[in-house]
Amino acid sequence: MLKVIRERLRQGHRTGKYPRQDPVLPERFRGLPRLEPGRCPQDCRECVSSCPYGALQVDEGRLRLDMGRCIFCGDCSAACPHEALSFRCDHRLASRTREGLLTDGDVFELAGALDKRMKRLFGRSLKLRQVSAGGCNACEADLNVLGTLTYDLGRFGIQFVASPRHADGILVTGPVTENMKGALLETYAATPEPKLVIASGACAIGGGPYRDSPEVNNGIGDLLPVDLFIPGCPPHPYTVLDGLLRMLGRL
Amino acid sequence: MSDRTGKIVSLKNGDSLPLDTLPLLSYGEFSDRLLASCSNLGRVSAYFALPAGDNEFDLLAVLARDWQGDLVLLRTRIGRTYPSLTPRCPQLGLFEREIAEEFGAIATGHPWFKPLRFHRVQPGCPDAWERDPLRHPVPGEMPFYRVEGEEIHEVAVGPVHAGIIEPGHFRFQCHGEKVLHLEISRGYQHRGIEHLLTGGPHGATIHQIEAAAGDTTIGHASAYCQALESLSGVTAAPRGAALRAIALELERLANHVGDLGALAGDIGYLPTASFCGRIRGDYLNLTAEICGSRFGRGLVRPGGVAFDVDPLLATRMLQRLEAMEKDTRGAIELFFDSPSVLARIEGTGIVTPEVAEELGMVGMAARASGLTIDSRLHHPLGSPESSFAPVVIEEDGDVCARARIRRREIYDSLEMVRKGVRNLPPGPIRCDLAALAPRSLTVSLVEGWRGEVVHVALTDERGALSRYKVVDPSFRNWGGLAMALRGEQISDFPLCNKSFNLSYCGFDL
Repeated sequence: MLKVIRERLRQGHRTGKYPRQDPVLPERFRGLPRLEPGRCPQDCRECVSSCPYGALQVDEGRLRLDMGRCIFCGDCSAACPHEALSFRCDHRLASRTREGLLTDGDVFELAGALDKRMKRLFGRSLKLRQVSAGGCNACEADLNVLGTLTYDLGRFGIQFVASPRHADGILVTGPVTENMKGALLETYAATPEPKLVIASGACAIGGGPYRDSPEVNNGIGDLLPVDLFIPGCPPHPYTVLDGLLRMLGRL
Repeated sequence: MSDRTGKIVSLKNGDSLPLDTLPLLSYGEFSDRLLASCSNLGRVSAYFALPAGDNEFDLLAVLARDWQGDLVLLRTRIGRTYPSLTPRCPQLGLFEREIAEEFGAIATGHPWFKPLRFHRVQPGCPDAWERDPLRHPVPGEMPFYRVEGEEIHEVAVGPVHAGIIEPGHFRFQCHGEKVLHLEISRGYQHRGIEHLLTGGPHGATIHQIEAAAGDTTIGHASAYCQALESLSGVTAAPRGAALRAIALELERLANHVGDLGALAGDIGYLPTASFCGRIRGDYLNLTAEICGSRFGRGLVRPGGVAFDVDPLLATRMLQRLEAMEKDTRGAIELFFDSPSVLARIEGTGIVTPEVAEELGMVGMAARASGLTIDSRLHHPLGSPESSFAPVVIEEDGDVCARARIRRREIYDSLEMVRKGVRNLPPGPIRCDLAALAPRSLTVSLVEGWRGEVVHVALTDERGALSRYKVVDPSFRNWGGLAMALRGEQISDFPLCNKSFNLSYCGFDL
């Protein structure tokens, strides 16, 4: 027992100061993209052709990046000879709408809060059931991290619960494999109304690296009404936390 | 079809050879050699089928001869049915089921012949279980092994679990608290990775490999890149190879530390659970310092790595490692110093060496049962050879042994990372790859944190990938968990499960 106390004193209190202080992210972190179309010569498609997921598209002469398809590999930024595309050290990526994940410049609208009724219901206490639907376990691993002392999700009144019956919503990871489709829909159905649906990670939003595999459904977009999209492959724990807190109107 | 000219074709980890040099053995000779090798310290590293046209398939076996440091390749041709070798060599059981599920080739006499991942059969092939070809197979739809009796009850868990865990379905046959048998049904995570790679490498291939098992990103990406380098006849840039080795050990550290924390959590020993949960993140963050991603996404690339560690970063890494090591040691030693922890893990979930060997278990779980299997020792490639610490073996085969293996490997890995960062070879981090050799085969082994990650790549006439086989260590070790549970209390399942911490997606692919 004394050894435990001694070690506890030595290691100290380590819960992060977030959200009072901005999180410290690694310098090379690839977060919010910045597009500078002014630098793009006419007809240059280097970045577009470097993306195997079609995350980059030229629409009416304007370059657009879809963060729902992007896995933040940074290959496009490396392929761009004009330094018109970069990924910033900014973890705030979540959006309440699918269209909100499209960015064509420097500005990105951060996720807005739920409507008044939903905010009143869930704003101070949100219980989520997580459904892993065919991902690679990286999303799951970094969601579990939210429960560690560094992030301490519980202090925000958010908790992952063991049953959909206890939940206010589901948080889905993975591209929804054919084999998980049924279980996902049943879990959703078992969650009492009113309920929220969160798509966390590139797979759940658009299939991620497995987009268009015959064994997956390219995310939950066509299956369930999504209230929050959290991009990333996997999303950084702070990206998830930022998205959840913004949805609850807490940031 | 019989061909007795076949000398034994063997190669080293990371070598490649032209497909035509592989003699086509008769099935009789193929099975004789395979069984002989397995009864003489050899083991099966990979076993898979390739369509050979006209309802025929080539079976390819990769046998690891650990103490000779090489891999033997055997090839034979079969039709729609062939005699199962599983009764005489149980470690082939899952492989034969896998082959049946992919191509409809039926292993007659297989004692446990059921689907494995519940996916559609490859186009043009018949279904081995004559299921409706228009309907996607239903996961878990198979006859489970049942124990009958008035006092016997069955407990079914999953695919959606209570925690934030991947999906899988567990069936326990219990008498009271005692588990008589556990059967695990998987496939929920099946994304069809192997067949997505055919015709590649495509733009998405490296990302798909990185996400084959998200917690083994470096392990799988390294195995894949080694395979491509070998087929293209180049060696990875030495600095790049050294950085891969560092990242591989950081991956091991993060997972092992996290697992000890998770074990402590299940025992209810919160100091270590809390400390390790946090410290695991420190290792992930160190990987992110190198490449921006906590899981090492984007780091390992064909020819080497995509990110360098400059002297400034190296100094910073060493400083952080020092502090992290203190915290890690403190947290872990508390765990092993607590009698209540030891009472819970000693003698729980035993896998005997005989069972481990029969199942073909690999990696840390096999080493915890006393088997000396470590591809860093037997099948080294590139620079890790010189920096590799002696192989860590425990003999008890229980939860405690699997925890102790982690403790010792953590301390070794810390030393390896430190040495690696201090002695980074100069030069470029990445070299260019030439076109892949046509009609060739390569085998690539990497000792990931769970164990041996095996990739086998074959190319067609144009040098495109014609078949890509991935064997994740979890494929070999899930059976170990099921055996560990026999005779234990069902309440010990979480503890036993954590002590293996196997990958669902690595199995399901």
